[in-house]
Amino acid sequence: MNELSKNQISFLQEQQKRKRHIMISKLCILFLFLGIWEVSANLGIIDSFFFSSPSRIIVLLIEMMVDGSIFHHIGITVLETLISFFLVVLISILAAMFLWSCPRISTILEPYLVVLNSLPKSALAPLLIVWLGTGMTTIIVAGISVAIFGSIINLYTAFIQVDNDKAKLIYTLGGKRFDVLKKLILPGSIPTILSTMKVNIGLSLVGVIIGEFLAARAGLGYLIIYSSQVFQLNTLILSILLLCALAMLLYQLLCFIEKKYTH
Amino acid sequence: MQPILKLNNISYSYHSIHGEIPALDNISFDVLPGEFISLIGPSGCGKSTLLSIIARLETPEGGTISFYHPDGSIHYPRIGYMLQRDHLFEWRSVYKNVLLGLELNHKLTDENLEKADEMLRKYELYQFKDKKPSELSGGMRQRVALIRTLVLEPEILLLDEPFSALDYQTRLSVADDIYTIIKNEQKTALMVTHDLSEAISLGDRIIVLSERPATVQNIIPIKLSLEQKTPFTSRSAPEFKSYFNMLWKELHHE
Repeated sequence: MNELSKNQISFLQEQQKRKRHIMISKLCILFLFLGIWEVSANLGIIDSFFFSSPSRIIVLLIEMMVDGSIFHHIGITVLETLISFFLVVLISILAAMFLWSCPRISTILEPYLVVLNSLPKSALAPLLIVWLGTGMTTIIVAGISVAIFGSIINLYTAFIQVDNDKAKLIYTLGGKRFDVLKKLILPGSIPTILSTMKVNIGLSLVGVIIGEFLAARAGLGYLIIYSSQVFQLNTLILSILLLCALAMLLYQLLCFIEKKYTH
Repeated sequence: MQPILKLNNISYSYHSIHGEIPALDNISFDVLPGEFISLIGPSGCGKSTLLSIIARLETPEGGTISFYHPDGSIHYPRIGYMLQRDHLFEWRSVYKNVLLGLELNHKLTDENLEKADEMLRKYELYQFKDKKPSELSGGMRQRVALIRTLVLEPEILLLDEPFSALDYQTRLSVADDIYTIIKNEQKTALMVTHDLSEAISLGDRIIVLSERPATVQNIIPIKLSLEQKTPFTSRSAPEFKSYFNMLWKELHHE
């Protein structure tokens, strides 16, 4: 390691300070929010029946952790989300490969994909219940339906945007069309696949929650709907907060995988 | 000497819904074994298309290509193709890039791997074999791209403006490198360029194509009085300037 110059050291310290400042500010906002919430609920400025309060939520969380019910609900939602996410990734890669291999079919199907992609998928959920009944299958299909079309379109677009000259290179080296897919398009699209996956995990979660609203006996979405119906606002807000944490966690997990893969 | 490749009246048109554009019109010439041919012509005259046809990536609409092997074999000559840019795949190491062609042809034999190693060593790239392409200089990348082609043992090498993506200084030295490698490996080469100096300094013969639809306007053999010809020394040959002027006039119809 080289000796650092004085200016470099002060520059690094400045950076450190900046980073610390940002971190502290982030936490400040959180604690300030929680503090104001708690105090105004206790002083009766807001009605704690409707708005709950951090302390009530924490107490409830501990109760539900003790009886294990919260893990059950979270577990179900995570499981459904992961299953629909993996199916989305698998199906959309296969579909994009198929569309790439048959340009004519992809031209024919394009308007249908666009329509399906722009359709608000929550509109499909009641139909899915009629078709598939209430249960996990419906919820997983709901999760898939939200993410799949956008994912196919994104991947297919990435596949066809691969440099034509690179494909020409494969042909000049004696490769066939399938080799272009195997040696060039798939490995070259890994960054796009990973970033599409990052979007998909969030969308799958959205779809799963929509599904659980309508067709579940367990899961965070079920908990939200149920507690709103019986006016257990503590449970409702806790579920939303847990959903926030879960969404962030799943996203971070994908970011971690992406980082690991690109380096 | 028998030509290794003989183009007879090759014609080709581009088709689009806006109409048909004739690109190549009755192109005929011979390529002798071991020869280095420079192909020049106005931009957009179909030079690259001609290379694609020779590489059998495109089918000509008229004319034929005949070929001849001194040993009497009757396969179409194996073609190596170097594109304008090196197109090394960033997700592969230098070594894996070199092996791409062998992989595609299912020829990853010990013998071929040994050959790849040997070429990397010979052209001073062996110590970089595990690097990513982005860690190499433009000139080194171009050498890697050439070796990727050469490990497949092409009988004819097609070069499509191989130096045009490089800056001028690099260009001169890479041209020297690439030329030396091609001569070393005793390959027949056909290079498209729009740089007149490059055409003269590398080529044994220069084929001048006319504007679109391209015809063979002239074929000029280059004879430079030099002890040892390299692209760099060629530029100081006494005849260089008159060839340059001649080509200039060819292209500008003076």
